[in-house]
Amino acid sequence: MNRIAPIAWIMALRFLKDGRLQTLFILGGIAIGVAVIVFMSAMLAGLEQNFLRRVLTSQAHIQILPPDQVARPLPSAAGVFADQIIQRPSQRIRSVDQWQKVMDAARSMEDVAVVSPNASGSALLTRGEASRSVSMTGVVPETYFLVVRLPDYLVEGQPRLSSEDILIGTDLARDIGAVVGGKVNVTAASGARRTLTITGLLDFGNKGANMRAAFVALRTAQSLIGMVGGITSIDVTVRDIYTAETIARRIAAEHPVQADSWIKTNAQFFSAMRAQIATNTLIRVFVGLSVAFGIAAVLIVSVIQRSKDIGILRAMGARRGQLMQVFLIQGGLLGFAGSLIGAAMGLGALVYWHSLARQADGKELFPLVLDPTLVASAAVMATIVGVLAAAMPAVRAARLDPVVAIRG
Amino acid sequence: MTEEIIRLEAVTKSYNIGMTSEIEVLHGIDLTINRGDFVALMGPSGSGKSTLLNIIGLLDKPTSGRLAIHGQDTGTLDDAAVTRLRGHTIGFVFQYHMLISALTAAENVMMPILVDKGRSNAAIEAKARSLLDQVGLSAVADNLAPNMSGGQQQRVAIARALAMDPDLVLADEPTGNLDSKSADDVFELMRRVNARGGASFLIVTHNLALAQRCDRIVEVVDGRLKA
Repeated sequence: MNRIAPIAWIMALRFLKDGRLQTLFILGGIAIGVAVIVFMSAMLAGLEQNFLRRVLTSQAHIQILPPDQVARPLPSAAGVFADQIIQRPSQRIRSVDQWQKVMDAARSMEDVAVVSPNASGSALLTRGEASRSVSMTGVVPETYFLVVRLPDYLVEGQPRLSSEDILIGTDLARDIGAVVGGKVNVTAASGARRTLTITGLLDFGNKGANMRAAFVALRTAQSLIGMVGGITSIDVTVRDIYTAETIARRIAAEHPVQADSWIKTNAQFFSAMRAQIATNTLIRVFVGLSVAFGIAAVLIVSVIQRSKDIGILRAMGARRGQLMQVFLIQGGLLGFAGSLIGAAMGLGALVYWHSLARQADGKELFPLVLDPTLVASAAVMATIVGVLAAAMPAVRAARLDPVVAIRG
Repeated sequence: MTEEIIRLEAVTKSYNIGMTSEIEVLHGIDLTINRGDFVALMGPSGSGKSTLLNIIGLLDKPTSGRLAIHGQDTGTLDDAAVTRLRGHTIGFVFQYHMLISALTAAENVMMPILVDKGRSNAAIEAKARSLLDQVGLSAVADNLAPNMSGGQQQRVAIARALAMDPDLVLADEPTGNLDSKSADDVFELMRRVNARGGASFLIVTHNLALAQRCDRIVEVVDGRLKA
């Protein structure tokens, strides 16, 4: 007999081994429950990570813009306004006021990683007879490529943006029959016109974006939209994406600008995530409950089956506490072992599903996130659930009258 | 001088107290068991033998009267103290051996010591094997309980009852479920242990021949000791 393990542990293991069929069935039940939890949690974490990666590598964490212009009603006398209807003024393209100062201030903030100025506006792209309106963004490639990973979306050409270069979407290029190295005319709303060389084609995986995206150097955009020395927005990335909103508020409070964080601009994504988390939590709770009831049922039957053994142990001097321990340990062991088997099953299913589930373009549907803390937390939770579920049978065993138990 | 182990004074036992079905099964029992005694407890079925045995074994409490072990009144002890006193003073042998089926013979014998000490060690294992040797079962020490014959199981139960070097072994029809040869072996074994200066024995039996081989016969009839 093991000389290290306390007697309660030995008895618990022997009882589990002795009723091996019962043990196997309940282990199977627990394992399936835990596998569902692990599989779902890992898949949701993967999908969430995928979504975050997509969202956060294709847009700035914070975008700093000039504040909206508002019309102020003219009072004819104190408290009396001359006009009944106040029209919202049209928002002409304006530069961010004192943008270098705002950029320096943002860059000096602790959590800010990258700051990049942009000048954007609409333009008309023409090549021969074909013309398409585009959304033109003038960027500083060195910093902008750190905010939006344009090179990752490049399917042809080079991510080069000198003052004579332009990067355009693949669908746009196809529509106007342009190729890498070809020339296109860009005409801004102001009437300014430049001839630029296509250096690369971008595929964002979205037809709308591919039809309208055009990136040029900041200076080129500034001269086209008639805003030399000015910029229309500042893109900011932060180190901890969840601090974006706080930092945005700080910037907006300290400068006469509007600062929108990705959290605010992706509110729908957040509500979807919250719904997912709530659903997942609900599933965990119900699976946890069914596991707990399963363990409790098996142990209650075990107490009844082993009432003679319990009576004998009591007659031999076993304390009530020791008998409680025997059953609590059984519950904990069932939960722990079941969770390990379940975690292995869940992760195995995840790997299999990951290899099967593909997007339309053949890319993975979600990244494989094998988080060891997920397995550890599943094991801890299942063990706790096991011990709690065993509480009632354990108390029942401890309270058993030895005379009645032995008599059977 | 004889050393008193158990003393019962005016012990009664009633069931369903306060109800219309209240019934008193033991009426004023006085009994003393001294060190070295080898006592047979006889009586017809339903006379109260098992109840008396349970009270002496601290598995049950008397409704009134006094039970003293080594002169100490047990009525004032709490459950933990009673459990401890039972474990250290009294060994049990039941009619149906009552071995724990999930354990081997040696482990069954070790169990009373293990529940007291908490975990196993070499000395405990050696003692269990020595006790099995005394009951002639060295060869099956590592067999699981269900893989032994009835006589072997009952001898393991006796070895188990002796594990804590108890002052008194209570045996409830220990030979009742055995053939005559095995019954004789088991009885002789208990006799030998007793003769070696070990535990005192109180043996419930219906077998008059066996009872007559005991030092003393105590008879319970309708809940009273027959003089």
